[in-house]
Amino acid sequence: MTATAAASESKAIVSVGRSRSKRGKATRAVLKQVLLIALAIPGAALFLTPWFWMVSTAGKDTALIWHMPPVWIPPVYHWDNYIKAFRMGEFAMYYRNTAIICVLNVIGVVASSSLAAFPFARIRFPGRNALFLVVLSTMMLPGQVTMIPLYVIFSKLGWVNSLRPLIIPPFFGDAFSIFLLRQFFLTISRELDDAARIDGCSRIGTFFRILLPLTRPALGVVAIFTLTYAWNDFMGPLIYLNSPKWFTITLGLRRFVGKTSMDVQYLMAMTLVSTIVPIIAFFTTQRYFIQGIVITGVKG
Amino acid sequence: MAPIAMNGRAKVRRTSRQRREDVLTAYLCLLPWIVGFLAWTLGPMLFSFGLSFFRADMLTGSRFLALGNYKELFTEDPLFWKSLRVTATYAFVSVPLGAALAIAVAMLLNQNIIFLGFWRTVYYLPSVVSGVAVSLLWLQIFNPRMGLLNGALKVLGITGPKWIYDSNWALPSLIIMSVWGVGGNMLLYLAGLQGIPTQLYEAASMDGANAWHRFWNVTMPMLSPTIFFNVIMGLIGSFQFFSQPLIMTGGGPNNATLSMVLYLYNKAFLQTQFGYASAIAWVLFAIIICFTLLVVRSSNRWVYYEGEERR
Repeated sequence: MTATAAASESKAIVSVGRSRSKRGKATRAVLKQVLLIALAIPGAALFLTPWFWMVSTAGKDTALIWHMPPVWIPPVYHWDNYIKAFRMGEFAMYYRNTAIICVLNVIGVVASSSLAAFPFARIRFPGRNALFLVVLSTMMLPGQVTMIPLYVIFSKLGWVNSLRPLIIPPFFGDAFSIFLLRQFFLTISRELDDAARIDGCSRIGTFFRILLPLTRPALGVVAIFTLTYAWNDFMGPLIYLNSPKWFTITLGLRRFVGKTSMDVQYLMAMTLVSTIVPIIAFFTTQRYFIQGIVITGVKG
Repeated sequence: MAPIAMNGRAKVRRTSRQRREDVLTAYLCLLPWIVGFLAWTLGPMLFSFGLSFFRADMLTGSRFLALGNYKELFTEDPLFWKSLRVTATYAFVSVPLGAALAIAVAMLLNQNIIFLGFWRTVYYLPSVVSGVAVSLLWLQIFNPRMGLLNGALKVLGITGPKWIYDSNWALPSLIIMSVWGVGGNMLLYLAGLQGIPTQLYEAASMDGANAWHRFWNVTMPMLSPTIFFNVIMGLIGSFQFFSQPLIMTGGGPNNATLSMVLYLYNKAFLQTQFGYASAIAWVLFAIIICFTLLVVRSSNRWVYYEGEERR
């Protein structure tokens, strides 16, 4: 305590001595910001250009698309491209399928993963470390190793070409989410559990009454990650779904390529629209989203 | 505070009945995950390993080949070698390139820059979008006739290459495209940089270290576990790259972008050679295990979390 007080005192003395150069310091801070921004702008511009190009292309007419040199801002922005494309590509169907998968995956993953994360964070039981190691290994396992047998199993079960292979397995937990939730559960003080136990709460009661209410943001992170993953998934739907009536948005977009060979504006319009949900998901939960990325080391 | 807490602990000291109940609760909570692990992970893994020793397609039934598939892969299949080369090139160029750029951006944003949230979002946003959307967008940008890239090059008086339609440029094109997705790594490095105690920089400055010295003697050593972890994870991810070549090039031209997973996919789901494709999957798996072991060996990250548990 005294040491810091002395330090701050000496700092005060120094700052008095330097008060004359205060203005110089402020100018330097401004100059530094200008320099930093000057460095950040070119990169940011490069990163924004594809977005701008996508928005611009989506509103062009066919003639303008093939115009060389490229036109940045179309003189007339054809908003109706979006509606035309949506109808042309049967996107209502794809959005419905994707919504079904996303909603059920979020429910399944949040419920099963939080339940599995609870004993890893709170209960001492034989086999805990070994089982947790299994969770960690599963995180590293490439999906390609299990892809072919799963396809065989699902086709034997008659699930291929239905949404079931994409909906049912997530109800059995997801390793990344279990890991993430365990990390969050560990940050909740055990004394709260103990207090509840003294008041007669059962083990599992502490999970429902203490951990879940206190880790709502973490459950939100898992929900958002699951939603984004399911929304963007391509390989799963590609393997299991054959008929367009079950296609998800990603498969639908790929199918749409064939329908829009020359009229790229429609494809770009639908590509742009398909990114809205993940972007909104990111913006609404940005703080927790970034925290989740940092904890799992996974990039969303 | 402490004595009261200890008292509380003493009251809930476990009797053996409670202990048994605890174990039961634990395993009941884990039951869905254990069943799922057996059904969707361990079972299929063993199945896949077994399958890799058979000729197995959906039509003709299966025949045991012992190591036949692996022998064919390594000695008689130039396409497999090609896919391995393509994948390794992609991974070992795009990952270090991406890491360098991500660190550069993260360091820039870590300087108390104003509007941090805005810059972070601009760089991160491409990473939330599906690989399919990114591929379709860049397909337009790379279009040799009306694409943005060649349009921009034309302004500079350069006739651009045919990008993804040219077998020499196709893989570099995909690598360029991958740079647009460095935002995720940037966030991880930014978090790593923010975790470096400022006293270290102050101490270095007092000892007369300039910015360059501070970078090499404080930032790099402190950030190296993060870099190592992210690069390895990036390599693991890049070895599985699939949707971009499938959508943009179909593996062509002339197999210039035939990634291992794309080759596996073609073998399994276009030619229904499940046994052969499983062998490819296990070669891929072996490569990824090597990377994973590197991570585990240097398990700074996990150790950190384990330490947290006992706090």
